Amino acid sequence: MTPVTVTLDGNTAVAHVAYRVNEICAIYPITPSSGMAELADAWSAEGLKNIWGEVPSVQEMQAEGGAAGCVHGALQSGALTTTFTASQGLMLMLPNMYKIAGELTSTVFHVAARALAAGTSSIFGDHQDIMATRATGFALLGASSVQEGHDLALIAQAATLAARVPFIHFTDGFRTSHEYNKLTLIPDEQIRAMIDETLVWDHRARALSPERPFIRGTWQNPDTYFQTREAVNPYYAKTPGIVAAAMDRFAGLTGRRYELFRYDGPNDAERVVVCMGSGAEVVRETARWLNAKGEKVGALQVLLYRPFSAEHFLAALPESVRAVAVLDRTKEPGSPMEPLHADIVGVLADAVATGRRKLMPRVIGGRYGLSSKDFHPGMAKAAFDELKKPDPKNGFTLGIIDDVSGTSLDYDAALDIEPENTVRCLFYGLGADGTVGANKNSVKILSEGPDQYAQAYFDYDSHKSGAETASHLRFGPRPIAAPYLIRHASFVACHKFSFLFKRDILGPARPGATFLLNSPHGPEKVWAELPRPVQKQIIDKKLRFFVIDASEVALRIGLGPRLNTILQTCFFHLAHVLPPDVAIAQIKRFIKKTYESKGEAVVKLNFAAVDAAVDALHEVAVPADLNGVALPPIVRPDAPAFVREVTAEIMAGRGDLIPVSLMPADGTFPGGTTQYEKRNIAVEVPIWDPGLCIQCGQCGIVCPHAVIRAKTYPNRALDGAPGGFKSAPVNARGYPESRFTLQFYVEDCTGCGVCVENCPAYSPAGDGKRAINMGEKFPILVQERESIAFFEKLPSPDRERVNFANIRGVQFLEPLFEFSGACGGCGETPYLKLISQLFGDRMQVANATGCSAIYAANTPAHPWRANADGRGVAWANSLFEDNAEFGLGYRLAIDAQTRAARALLEGVKPAVGVDLVKALLESRQQSESDFFAQRARIVTLKEKLAAIQSQEARRLETVADFLVRRSVWIVGGDGWAYDIDSGGLDHVLAQGRDVNVLVLDTEVYSNTGGQSSKATPLGASAKFASAGKRTPRKDLALQAISYGNVYVAQIALGANAEQALIALREAEAYPGASLVLAYCQCIAHGIDMRTGMKQQARAVASGYWPLFRFDPTMRSQGLNPFRLDSPRPRLPLRDYIYRELRYETLTRSHPESAAEMLRQAQAAVLENYRIYEDLAARDGGRFLPHWEDAPK
Amino acid sequence: MDLSTKYLGLDLKHPVVASPSQLSADLDGVLRLADAGAAAIVMASIYEEQISAEEIRHAALTDQGADSQPEAAGYFSTREDRGVLESRLEILRKASERAGVPIIASLNGQSDAGWVGFAQKLQQAGASAIELNIYRVPADSAETGAQVEESYAAIVRAVKQQVSIPVAVKIAPFFSSPANLATKLAGAGADGLVLFNRFYEPDIDLKTLTPQVNLHLSTPYDIRVPLMWISLISPRFKGSIAATTGVWSGEEVVKYLIVGADVAMTASALVKFGPAHIGVLVSGLRDWMERRGFASLDAFRGRLADHRRAFDAAALMRAEYRDILTAGYASVIR
Repeated sequence: MTPVTVTLDGNTAVAHVAYRVNEICAIYPITPSSGMAELADAWSAEGLKNIWGEVPSVQEMQAEGGAAGCVHGALQSGALTTTFTASQGLMLMLPNMYKIAGELTSTVFHVAARALAAGTSSIFGDHQDIMATRATGFALLGASSVQEGHDLALIAQAATLAARVPFIHFTDGFRTSHEYNKLTLIPDEQIRAMIDETLVWDHRARALSPERPFIRGTWQNPDTYFQTREAVNPYYAKTPGIVAAAMDRFAGLTGRRYELFRYDGPNDAERVVVCMGSGAEVVRETARWLNAKGEKVGALQVLLYRPFSAEHFLAALPESVRAVAVLDRTKEPGSPMEPLHADIVGVLADAVATGRRKLMPRVIGGRYGLSSKDFHPGMAKAAFDELKKPDPKNGFTLGIIDDVSGTSLDYDAALDIEPENTVRCLFYGLGADGTVGANKNSVKILSEGPDQYAQAYFDYDSHKSGAETASHLRFGPRPIAAPYLIRHASFVACHKFSFLFKRDILGPARPGATFLLNSPHGPEKVWAELPRPVQKQIIDKKLRFFVIDASEVALRIGLGPRLNTILQTCFFHLAHVLPPDVAIAQIKRFIKKTYESKGEAVVKLNFAAVDAAVDALHEVAVPADLNGVALPPIVRPDAPAFVREVTAEIMAGRGDLIPVSLMPADGTFPGGTTQYEKRNIAVEVPIWDPGLCIQCGQCGIVCPHAVIRAKTYPNRALDGAPGGFKSAPVNARGYPESRFTLQFYVEDCTGCGVCVENCPAYSPAGDGKRAINMGEKFPILVQERESIAFFEKLPSPDRERVNFANIRGVQFLEPLFEFSGACGGCGETPYLKLISQLFGDRMQVANATGCSAIYAANTPAHPWRANADGRGVAWANSLFEDNAEFGLGYRLAIDAQTRAARALLEGVKPAVGVDLVKALLESRQQSESDFFAQRARIVTLKEKLAAIQSQEARRLETVADFLVRRSVWIVGGDGWAYDIDSGGLDHVLAQGRDVNVLVLDTEVYSNTGGQSSKATPLGASAKFASAGKRTPRKDLALQAISYGNVYVAQIALGANAEQALIALREAEAYPGASLVLAYCQCIAHGIDMRTGMKQQARAVASGYWPLFRFDPTMRSQGLNPFRLDSPRPRLPLRDYIYRELRYETLTRSHPESAAEMLRQAQAAVLENYRIYEDLAARDGGRFLPHWEDAPK
Repeated sequence: MDLSTKYLGLDLKHPVVASPSQLSADLDGVLRLADAGAAAIVMASIYEEQISAEEIRHAALTDQGADSQPEAAGYFSTREDRGVLESRLEILRKASERAGVPIIASLNGQSDAGWVGFAQKLQQAGASAIELNIYRVPADSAETGAQVEESYAAIVRAVKQQVSIPVAVKIAPFFSSPANLATKLAGAGADGLVLFNRFYEPDIDLKTLTPQVNLHLSTPYDIRVPLMWISLISPRFKGSIAATTGVWSGEEVVKYLIVGADVAMTASALVKFGPAHIGVLVSGLRDWMERRGFASLDAFRGRLADHRRAFDAAALMRAEYRDILTAGYASVIR
């Protein structure tokens, strides 16, 4: 049989096997494992069969805990069942894993191993989650490469059926799960041959059945529980042998041999480094390189970590070894050593003690690679070198500078061990430009031949919009075993000119390398536009330098921002990988493959891009003079020290070099760092026309990135204004000597155009111009910088005088949420900005995991900030699954400390004054002036307390700030509110405590790529509901209304901003629990995001998203608490939904069911509206429960 | 009574055919038209540039946010996605299988490759015939009438070379010599003519000073132009002729048949009254035939077509025109 080779990412390689050997997949999306679940779902929807000829069922659950429970139930009922997860998801599965293992149940959980949330969270890979499962009783089998991930997935399945011990099979999150590499696929016949059918029957026979009933999972007492736990021992004892046998069988079938512990090196090696996962491959390659240079070192990879077979380990480790370094990709604070290290020390010590080994080698341990910190040969060599020392460091770290505990080893960051014939290329792209997608195709093109191998890995920054991507692409005539970033590239492409000013693009370029730059400046003019350090690198390294204005080509042929095809063609042209004709043909073949389903026009457009690319490519004659631009500082010089020393370094891509001493130990970071970022990602920005502007505030309210600021100020404040500074007379009555300015922070703008779309002020000339129009940024940049600087010095509007009740007034309130990394046109962020304007200086936010956590708190970009007085939004994130409870915890603590403050006030009354205490205790705290007055009182109180020598006074000082009413906001998306924390949210709402819940409802899991949630509407497609969701979204509002004492509102800023404003203010003022459901457009809806606010208006006009407020306080006045704020449906549902790809796509892929779902959805909308209308029409006395109104 | 007719070589049970409208844009609509008794259905036109623009727009929306951040390679499951054209072809495929009457695909191309490529795909998808909805406004004053006509013929030739099913051509009335053009198109291979296209007739909105391009439904009054030209062309055109525009009752059907049309097509009346209106048209025709004692369409079809030689016809019509106008103004003056 001819082996089939393909180039896949690790997730696909694993899922390919897992899907074929299971009947049920119970899943929940979590990075970096989501890809496996999505593939399983897609295959199931397409009807792909497993090896038994059945189509596996894929069931999305509400949380990983639910997925584990579902897996458990399915296993107990006899089906072969799996799940895919990582990190916090695996943590939620732990309780069930003990049960599944305790019941000796065959299953394999496929994990893309990832860091855990501690002081800070991370989506990237390490073994912390795996290590946390050690005690569950699951076997742990880890792969070091994409091929291993593919193969071990099958070996694990074969072994679990024989052993009855459940398995976790893991690859390193991102490094392996997301790496593309060439592998040999296991044919289905070999998969079948590996699975012993009789063991499957045994598995079924052990399941629950009324035909042969038994009881499993009983409760036991001190007399028997212990023995039951010990009864499993023989199964664990046999497992290593079973796995080894499965590996042997696998080798017989495929020719690929695995062992429980793989040793590579001479049999007389003296130094060995032990490692697990992808790091083992780095160690192995480094050892090979060192041995070629005459050293005697070995690399030992642990594949089966649990059950740990001392026998196999000792057999693998040569007797000659005198020193061992064990590398752990995890962290256990306070432990004497990390877990793998401890196990090996224990095994060796026992072997020596029992005479199975003569000498005890020196065993040191170290940590490396947390959160996908790149682990490269220089670091591996440092571990080998450390073992040479007479007194090697134990508990060392690799890859960081630990100037606090001194753990870090020095290493050679420039060490290059790769063979000369491996070609290494680096591509820096902008998120939306398609660079990554093109490289996913390139890696396949480059590995198609029998002796062609290629690998690709993608490195992203943290922004949802305008992110920087780095594609690391290797290819050559031998398999690529280099799971680390490229540091020595012979080809470097920079697809965005401005990146040259932000990070060291050419640092990794080798001497003589080719440098391709996408440049708006042609070959004659580009040199003088380069930063001087870049010029120097080009000259010093003798780089060949090419430019292309790919953006112009893309624009000319109609490709928009997608530069991928153009630049990919240039790469193939310059890299001479393939003969030009072959390369072009291959690129076109893959374009056809990629875009065929999108239509011929798209294919042709990309073909046109290929054909236009090479003509637009020019080599630059490199001059000898350094006449370029000086590199500006990353952040402005007056930024705070932390921002300059830490934040700026991370922004510049030098985060790896920040020493431990500069990092906060407890995850506490300053907010407001996005103001220093100045990402300049927009080509076009809004330009204000003061003459047309009606000063209504409609632009500011919808701006997702808070780049539109308004001020009014006295005429005289304009003295000294820079030339281009714009202003207009205030157009409201009562401000005769005042001016109005709308300032656009153009460097922070994403260019989404939402403000322009929302501007109601059209030019009377009928030319379609409005008071804001998009225009090119570059010509106005310098002038706008000056204007912004002047604007910031203008007096800020007095919050006490601002009218909070309308949009026009709100524009004058300073946003304390600004310049986030959210997508251009994001529907969520305008709401967050709005609450920060209204309540920001006394606001505490509990944020669920999801988009709103990432764009709000992905270091170094922190958009929540303080005002000029130093007061602002205090923000934290607990977990995805407990955010409501976390927020309730805020409330309880605030209330307790407020109570304490009030009680202590009574005690100090004589000393600080009766009137002051009375005023402090009786402050109404509703309007801005109330808060202003209360804060003034607290200042006075603190002054007076300072003079009092008592414990009470000191205690009161610590809680005095709680005398200002604090605003608690619990924020999250629909995945959080409707699914994973629905129980917690329900419980919190039921408590009647003063918390404000804001649900940013995009109707899908936006952060992980648009998976279906229980908020996903009937008839919309989403991942895990690709043929359209068949049930309507949950009516969370009605659930909350049923409590009777919860304030509930449904809002849509784009439909009725005033109603949204009223609802948010009422919710905040309401003394009990409040729930606000906010409609948020999302790129996962498939709309032109510029039109998002109009789409909100359509959602409301169609009756799909009625606006309403349920205010329990109305009931006590005898009024109906339910007010419907939007009129009857006046737009057919189809006119709203078919403007969104998520619905429209089904009219093409499943036209008949789309029509049926439209009919049902339309009926549901009308019926829902009738229900709300009924509620709105009720007599105020008819709302249940009304126990609070019960007659006394 | 035999209402059957032949159009483009297709045997139809009667001469009332549904012409392109939003009703024939989806499978449900096509099946409703078939259930209502349409003898054949011309599906809503496929506009090449619209299809291309839609495909490019969809691709751009699907690509939004793709490969931009580590947590999601993209936001849409594109495995089951179907291109815009492919989805339209799928409707055609299913309609051809299920409707039980001939389905004619209407194509409005833009590029040469588009006309031919799309036509081939329509044939593969099961269309019984193709209606080339050639529509272009010759806004370039340097372009001569002959060049415009040749461009029509070229399209027909190119399409006919690549497809084996019958091809009809739908044209507008505004040519120097429609009858001559008909001959040219027949020479290029056209199997039939559809007379006529509704023309682009924008109004101006005085409030916004912008062109208003809304389309009004046709009225029975609008049959007069096609009526005249069909009467002139049908005797000399070997292929089929479909009359379209203004068919609201059986009367218009009859009138079109009398001047030599093989079928009468209607969209406006169906949009206004629904597919069941086809029954009204057919029974109107049948009633008229019963009253007049005609047992088949051939008994009266073409009876008022102008069989005289072309020169005589022109002279006669000029005289008729003169008389009408004179009488008409005379009546106004009176």
